[in-house]
Amino acid sequence: MDIRPIFSTLRRHKTAAALIVIEIALACAIICNAIYLIDRRLDHMSRPSGTVEAEILRIQMPSIDETASVDRRAAVERDLAALRTLPGVRHVATVTQIPYGNSSSTSGVRLSPDQPNNTIVASGYLGSEDLLDTFGLKLVSGRRFNPDEFLDMADVESAGDSARVPAVIINSAMAERLFPGKDAVGQHIYSWGSAPIPIVGVVETLAMPTDNTGPGNATMLLPIRDASNGINYVIRTDPAQRRQVLDAAVATLKQIDPDRIAVNADLMSDLREKYYREDRAMAMLLVVVCIALLVVTALGIVGLASFWVQQRSKQIGIRRALGATRSQILRYFQVENFLLATIGIVLGMLLAYGLNQLLMSRYELGRLPLVYLPIGAVVLWLLGQVAVYWPARRAASVPPAVATRSI
Amino acid sequence: MFGYYLQLALRSFRNSKVLTALMVLAIALGIGASMTTLTVFHVLSGDPIPDKSDRLFYVQLDAASMHGYTSGEEPDRNITRFDAENLLREARGARQAMMSGGFVAVAPDDNRPAFFTDARYTSSDFFPMFDAPLAHGRAWTAEDDASRARVAVISAETNQKVFGGGDSTGKTLRVNGADFRVVGVLGPWMPTPRFWDLSLDRFNSLESVFVPFSTAIEQKLSRMGSMNCWGDSGGDPNALSAPCTWVQYWVELPASTDAAAYRDYLTSYSDQQRTAGRFERPTNVRLRDVPALLDHQKIVPSDVRLQLWLAIGFLVVCLVNTVGLLLAKSLRRASEIGVRRALGASRRAIFAQFLVEAGAIGVAGGVVGLGLALLGLWAVRQNPSSYAALAQLDTTMLLTTFALSIVASLLAGLLPAWRAMQVTPAIQLKSQ
Repeated sequence: MDIRPIFSTLRRHKTAAALIVIEIALACAIICNAIYLIDRRLDHMSRPSGTVEAEILRIQMPSIDETASVDRRAAVERDLAALRTLPGVRHVATVTQIPYGNSSSTSGVRLSPDQPNNTIVASGYLGSEDLLDTFGLKLVSGRRFNPDEFLDMADVESAGDSARVPAVIINSAMAERLFPGKDAVGQHIYSWGSAPIPIVGVVETLAMPTDNTGPGNATMLLPIRDASNGINYVIRTDPAQRRQVLDAAVATLKQIDPDRIAVNADLMSDLREKYYREDRAMAMLLVVVCIALLVVTALGIVGLASFWVQQRSKQIGIRRALGATRSQILRYFQVENFLLATIGIVLGMLLAYGLNQLLMSRYELGRLPLVYLPIGAVVLWLLGQVAVYWPARRAASVPPAVATRSI
Repeated sequence: MFGYYLQLALRSFRNSKVLTALMVLAIALGIGASMTTLTVFHVLSGDPIPDKSDRLFYVQLDAASMHGYTSGEEPDRNITRFDAENLLREARGARQAMMSGGFVAVAPDDNRPAFFTDARYTSSDFFPMFDAPLAHGRAWTAEDDASRARVAVISAETNQKVFGGGDSTGKTLRVNGADFRVVGVLGPWMPTPRFWDLSLDRFNSLESVFVPFSTAIEQKLSRMGSMNCWGDSGGDPNALSAPCTWVQYWVELPASTDAAAYRDYLTSYSDQQRTAGRFERPTNVRLRDVPALLDHQKIVPSDVRLQLWLAIGFLVVCLVNTVGLLLAKSLRRASEIGVRRALGASRRAIFAQFLVEAGAIGVAGGVVGLGLALLGLWAVRQNPSSYAALAQLDTTMLLTTFALSIVASLLAGLLPAWRAMQVTPAIQLKSQ
C-alpha cells in the first residue's frame, strides 16, 4: 500500500495528528517506566531468605517484670527444653534477629586489626546451638559450629574489647565480597572485640533481616547465646501443623512463666507476606495506573479518529466512487494509525529514557533495560489498532454516493 | 454573556453526550489520581508544630572515635548520654530536653492483663517545649527529673485503655513491675510526623507513656531506637560514659535568629570536649530546626513521591486527551461557529464561549474527580503503611481539587478555542 497519500493527508491535519502522537508518546514513556518499576518490585519480593520459611515459627515473649533478678540464662534453657518436647517441633533455637523481622543490627567487619575503616558492614545473627538446622540453612563450605564454641552474650558483653569469639559462619555473598574467588573458610575477620574471628563455614544464602540496613547482603552467624528478655525463639516444625505448634508453644511458655506476654508469635511465611505488603500494594497501583492510561489513550484515539472519519467522509466517498474497496479504506485508517503510533512510540522511547534519567537521579533507580522499550511499543501498536478499528469500520461503510451528495 | 455561553455549552453537551462524558471522565480520572497522591503528600510533608517549628532545634555532635572517620560526613543522628546530660545541665536554650524511645510493659492496677507498649524517656521541658496539651494534671518538674521520681504522663489513649478515661492523676500505673504515679494525662495529640525521634516510625501514633529519663535509667527500662557504639561499653551501652550515641536532644531558642549563637556554643562545647580528650574528631556540629530536619531526613516516603510523579504524568495524558476531544468537537461545530460569526459574534466572543464550555467540563470533572479522590484515599487507607490512616481530605485539598480541575480544563480548552476562533464564516456558510 502506498503511504504517500496518508502522509499528505496528515500534513493537512497537523494538530489532530500531533495530539495523537503526543498522547501515545506520553503513554509509552510512562508505561515503559511503570512496567520496569513493577518488575523491580516483583524482583525485590522474590528475594530468598535462605531459610525454610514455611517451616519456621517465631515467638517473642518478654517477661513483664524486667527488674526481677532471675537467672535469664537458666530461664531460656528451660524454655528451649520445654519447647523441644512439644509434638511436631523439630528444632528450636534462640536468635537475636530473623529475616522479615522488624529489627536489625549491623557490625563493621575488617580484615586486619589496625585497619581504620570497615571493609564491609554485615548483619550478625547471634544464635544458640541449633540455629543452623532451625533456619534450615545450606552449608556450602566448611563446617558447623562445635558445641564448645558457643559463648554467653553476658560474658561477651562484660569482656568488652577483649572478647574472643571462636568462630563465625558467613553467607556466600559476604564471602564473595571479602575474598573474591578464594575459599573464605580458614580466613579471619575482625568485628567483635579486637581478636581475629576465624571463618569456619559458608552458608549459601541468608538474607539480612530488612533490606534497608546497608548495601550488599552480607550476613554472618555468631555462636553467641543471647538470653535477654524477649529474645526470639525460633522453632522449625512440620508445615502441616505449624499453627497448632505455634499455639501450643505460646501456651507452654505462658505456663512456665505466667508473667510474660506474647509480643510476637508468627509464622515466618506470614511475616514475609507482611514484609512485602507495601511493595505488593505499589505494584498493584502501578498496574492500575497502566491500565487506566491505556484506556484513556484508547478513548482519545477513538474520539479523534471518529471525528476525523466524519470530517473526511466526503473524501472517503470519492475514493469509494473511484473504485476503492471497503477493505482498502479500512486498511488506510489502520496504516494511518500505525504510522502515528510509530512516531509516538519513537518519541515515547526518548521520553521514557529521559523519565528514567529523572527517576534514576531522584530515587536511586537503575537504568531502564532496553528490553522494556519493545514491550511498550508492542502494547501501544496493538492499542492503536484496537482503538482505531471501530472508527475505521465506520469509514469503510461510507457509501460512494456521499461523494455526490452535497454538490 | 457568561450565562448565555453556559447555556450554549449545556446545549452542546446535550448534542454530543458520549464525547462530553468521555472528556469529563478523562479530566476526572486525572484529577482523582493526582488529588489522591497530592493529599497523601500534603499530609506527610506538613509542619508538625507550625507555631514554633523555626525555634525548635535538633542537636547533633560528632563524638565518635577517629575509626572510620571521613571528613565532612554527617555526625551521628543521636548524641551520647554524657553530652546530653552536659548540655541539659548547662541549659543554654529557653527550654531543652533529652530523650530516648522505650518499650515497656504497662499493667493496670486491677487484675486486667498487662500489655507492652511504646514509651518515651525524657526530661521535664519536653511537654511545654513541644506544646503537649495536658487534659489533666501537669507535666513532671525538673525536681522530679533530679530525684528520679517514679512519675508518668500518659497519652489520652492509654488513659482510656488503662483507667477508662477521666482524670487519672494520682493513680498508680505499673510499668515493668514498678509503681509509677500518674501526674498528667495528655489530651488528643498527634503531631504528624512524630518528629522528635526520626529513627522510629515517623507516622506511628504518639507514645503511650512518658517517664523521666533519669527514672527510666534507674529502673533499667528497655530502650528502643537506633544506637551506635564505637568502643568498649563495658557491658552497659546505656551507662553514662558508654561510647554510644542513642539520645535525642532538642532545644527551644527564644527566636530563630538565636541559632547562630547556640551553634557557636555547641562548637565551643565540642572544642572543650576535644581538649579534654573525649572527642577525637574535628568539631562537627549540626543544629537544624524542624523543617530543615524533616527535609534532611527525607520525611516523605519515596514511594509517595514516586506516586505523585506518576499521578501528575497521568493527569498530563488525560489533559492531552481532553485537548484532542475538545478539538474534535469544536471543529465539528465549524458551521455553527460560521453562523454565529456571520450574525456578528466577534472572535473574542467565540473564544470566550469555548473556554466557558471547557471550564464547565472542568467543574463536572472536578466533582467526579473529587469522588474518585475520596475513593482513592479510601484505598490508600486500606494500605498497610503506617501513614495510611492519615490520608484524609481537608478543606484546602478540597478547594485545590476544584481549582486544579478548572485550571486544567481551561488549559486544555485554549487550543480548541483558539482554533474555533479562526473559523472563517464565509467558507462555512458556503458549504451549508
